[in-house]
Amino acid sequence: MKVSITVNGTTHESDVEPRTLLVQYVRETLGLTGTNIGCDTSSCGACSLHVDGESVKSCTLLAVQADGCNVTTIEGLAQNGEMHPMQKAFMENHGLQCGYCTPGMVMASISLLKENPNPTEDDVRIGLEGNLCRCTGYHNIVKSVLAAAKAQ
Amino acid sequence: MIPAPFDYKRASSAAEAIALVGEYGDDAKFLAGGHSLLPLMKLRLAQPSVLVDIARIKDLSYIRDEGNHIAIGAMTRHMDVEKSPIVLQHLPLLANAASHVGDPQVRHRGTIGGSIAHADSASDLPATTLALGATYVAQGPNGTREIPASEFFKGFLESALAPDEMLTEIRVPKMNGATWGFQKFNRRAQDWAIVGVAAWKRGTESGVALVNMGSVPVLATSVSKAIASGASIPEAAELAAAEAEPQSDLNASAEYRVHLAKVLVRRALESANA
Repeated sequence: MKVSITVNGTTHESDVEPRTLLVQYVRETLGLTGTNIGCDTSSCGACSLHVDGESVKSCTLLAVQADGCNVTTIEGLAQNGEMHPMQKAFMENHGLQCGYCTPGMVMASISLLKENPNPTEDDVRIGLEGNLCRCTGYHNIVKSVLAAAKAQ
Repeated sequence: MIPAPFDYKRASSAAEAIALVGEYGDDAKFLAGGHSLLPLMKLRLAQPSVLVDIARIKDLSYIRDEGNHIAIGAMTRHMDVEKSPIVLQHLPLLANAASHVGDPQVRHRGTIGGSIAHADSASDLPATTLALGATYVAQGPNGTREIPASEFFKGFLESALAPDEMLTEIRVPKMNGATWGFQKFNRRAQDWAIVGVAAWKRGTESGVALVNMGSVPVLATSVSKAIASGASIPEAAELAAAEAEPQSDLNASAEYRVHLAKVLVRRALESANA
């Protein structure tokens, strides 16, 4: 099926099999491998990216469902060589250990702040319940998100 | 994991979607947010040959105040139910239950109609709308019909919907100041409830429904009858599992579920009593 999906500002016209998952589309068709596949069962959140500005789990979305939509992946956050404030906050607060969950954590956190610009620590912990860190590095991840909220 | 091959059709109206499913027969399935169906398809537990995407039907996404009840379009997403000022004002129990579905990413895609039509007794919204005495509206090739929530759930993932019928609207009577409680017991963030309880109370009137206490969501009518005849909340909560036939699984034995149901019904009603 023919789809037209705008990813990080560039519109791509592609012919995809209906069963193609959005995460497969961005990783394999477009070569944007910053979005990771973790559990592949919509539990871990590693594959989180934005569709029309909202976080979704791209392992549980078909590319055809994103037809006509604006998709942002971790690669699309930096502007003119400047990291997104959330990326900076993760770097400055050491909000990562092995880094595997990080792209998904960053994308989910940006969506969280958009919906709740002044979250409490509890709001952040609950708001990131869909993202698992197997290093259990939650403390600094929460710290990062709170720092990014403060810096806004 | 990638689902087995299927054909994909996109409907722009309920009538078109129903006609498409009618055309392709039993192997066709409606696709809403896909957050119940796609995981099953990836595991090959469901293998429809045609998916009819109904998520883009704009006139099925709404929340309206209809006087005695609130009408919610089936394609309204959980996040929109959770944050709707109308739902927060008139159906705070439903808003709270919607905020417990999955996680934010899931709630950005999943829909109330999809969740109810999927008829999973472990999901939060089938039981919550059952407790609130909701009516579901189904549209088929020959028009629409209303199905009370109490007659909708027929078995594990089985509902009263015919294969070519589509759930289009959920009508929920306003709570009119009833107090309420929603209890969800699980061991991992964002997981399904091991047991959950949705309850409301207004004077001696009440509605209590149980999540994951059998193959269908369960209306705990014995609890409500006991409260109506003057029993205390702890006394009534002892009857929590009277209508339930819970199963044992990896998370909990049936006996443990019965115990949890009693504790959680008591807690839900005590917060409903506050």
